[in-house]
Amino acid sequence: MSEIDNLIKAVAEAGGDKGILANSDIAHLAVNEHKILSANKVEGIEVEAKETLTGIEAKVIVLEGMKIKNPVHLCFGVLHKRGTQEIKMDVRLEKNASASFIAHCIFPNAENVRHIMDAVVEIGEGAEMRYSETHYHGMHGGVEVIPKAVVKVGKNGRYFTDFNLTTGRVGRLEIDYSVTADENAVTELTARVFGHANDDIHIKEKVVLAGRNSRSIIKTRVAIEDDAQAEVIGITEGCAEGARGHVDCMEIIKDKAVAKAIPIVYVTNPLAKVTHEAAIGSVDKKQMETLMAHGLSPEEAVDVIVKGILR
Amino acid sequence: MSFFEIKDLIFKAGDKKILDGLSITTGHSEIHALLGTNGTGKSTLAYLIMGCEGYKPVSGEIIFDGKVVNDLKIHERAHLGITMAWQEPVRFEGISVKDYITLKNKDANPSHYLEMAGLHPAFYLQRMVDKSLSGGERKRIELASILALNPKLAVLDEPDSGIDMLSTQDIINVINAFKKNGSAVLLITHREEIALIADKASQLCGGKIVCSGSPGKVAEYYKSRQCLVCRDEVCAYV
Repeated sequence: MSEIDNLIKAVAEAGGDKGILANSDIAHLAVNEHKILSANKVEGIEVEAKETLTGIEAKVIVLEGMKIKNPVHLCFGVLHKRGTQEIKMDVRLEKNASASFIAHCIFPNAENVRHIMDAVVEIGEGAEMRYSETHYHGMHGGVEVIPKAVVKVGKNGRYFTDFNLTTGRVGRLEIDYSVTADENAVTELTARVFGHANDDIHIKEKVVLAGRNSRSIIKTRVAIEDDAQAEVIGITEGCAEGARGHVDCMEIIKDKAVAKAIPIVYVTNPLAKVTHEAAIGSVDKKQMETLMAHGLSPEEAVDVIVKGILR
Repeated sequence: MSFFEIKDLIFKAGDKKILDGLSITTGHSEIHALLGTNGTGKSTLAYLIMGCEGYKPVSGEIIFDGKVVNDLKIHERAHLGITMAWQEPVRFEGISVKDYITLKNKDANPSHYLEMAGLHPAFYLQRMVDKSLSGGERKRIELASILALNPKLAVLDEPDSGIDMLSTQDIINVINAFKKNGSAVLLITHREEIALIADKASQLCGGKIVCSGSPGKVAEYYKSRQCLVCRDEVCAYV
């Protein structure tokens, strides 16, 4: 079986649609370790990708005014037990362009795998980008995931991200996102992670509301059990008149897991407003009792609640 | 015949006696309204019946279908057919109304139960049971979900509170639907007009039942603001 077939098979086993890479109407880039296996462009998108010694470098431009109908699929896999994959992405959405990206990060057999993402994103005036990243890890816990992104959202621009790592062991996760929002720009950062065993989770997300009436929400949902650890830092800076930001972190812990939440709110303009809420603890007692009154066992109730917050 | 009975129930919170030898009975498919003002122990009784954490009687028995259930956990009581709708139902992230109504009864038609609670399925099925719902909407969805369980006994803790006046009839319809489906209902309320739909009623005051009988009679007694506990003087709890 070829490498691309193996990657498609792994995507399908992880619940993805294996027909995506064969559909000429859908732009995609499929990478296994540091090898580009397949790429497809559609009208309105320019993609330049090249292999490096340890990964790939890709430049993606969505041209001015272009609304890309189908989501662009990015498949990043390391199918071997060991390997390093460094992805350097330079994404630019020109004025009034819009596109959605769905990234599948697949490491089903990882025993010692490093996946490093270093992204620079520029969203032009009035442009909109949606980025959803879902990880499929095996049960060995030997993955190190280090996604870093520096994002600039232009005037009236919109940026939405959704990071999901709820299947398999996390391993070590170190998210570092930083977003600067210009006038009237909207930013929503969402992360959902489920840690087990000795998984080690660090999430740092920062939004600088630099422009007038810019708005943001950082929403983090983490569930950890066994001996897992999680630290979530959500930073919002309100620097302009009418800026509105909110940091919302919820962590559910079980067993000997340890969670820490650090919301940092920094306001330099008296007409800006930034709020935060953070809740860490075991599963809510009243939620448990309500579900048990519906006939669910305590174990089923915990499962429903945790799956709910990670959905 | 009573298939649900509470005998001489005493419950204390610290040193304070909240329920003081309370006894009630409810028959099959019977609506038993429990009237009482704030702080008389109505919700406490509901938590004791359901077996919520921290609510264990000092003495007395809760008997369901001939079995003393005092030591059973909440889900064990639910498996017997007891369930409850909380006065302020809790919210859940990431669970749709449709999934919530069919959590335990996968065969239930969620649209049917939403309609019975006066809600349009098309508008609610895909919504989340979270903070985006108003208190009244959440309450009706809870009633719909409880109804979908086909319980033998539904303890409804103030289903009418927080519901706008125009929608009160919807709540009455749901309560009647429980009876129609063969469920017994312990209807906790402090509104006598809601109690009037019951088959029988009792008034709770100072942790005791101070009056029992037809809903009309008990409602009159309730309105008179007098009770035996308060020795025929103006009731201290009103």
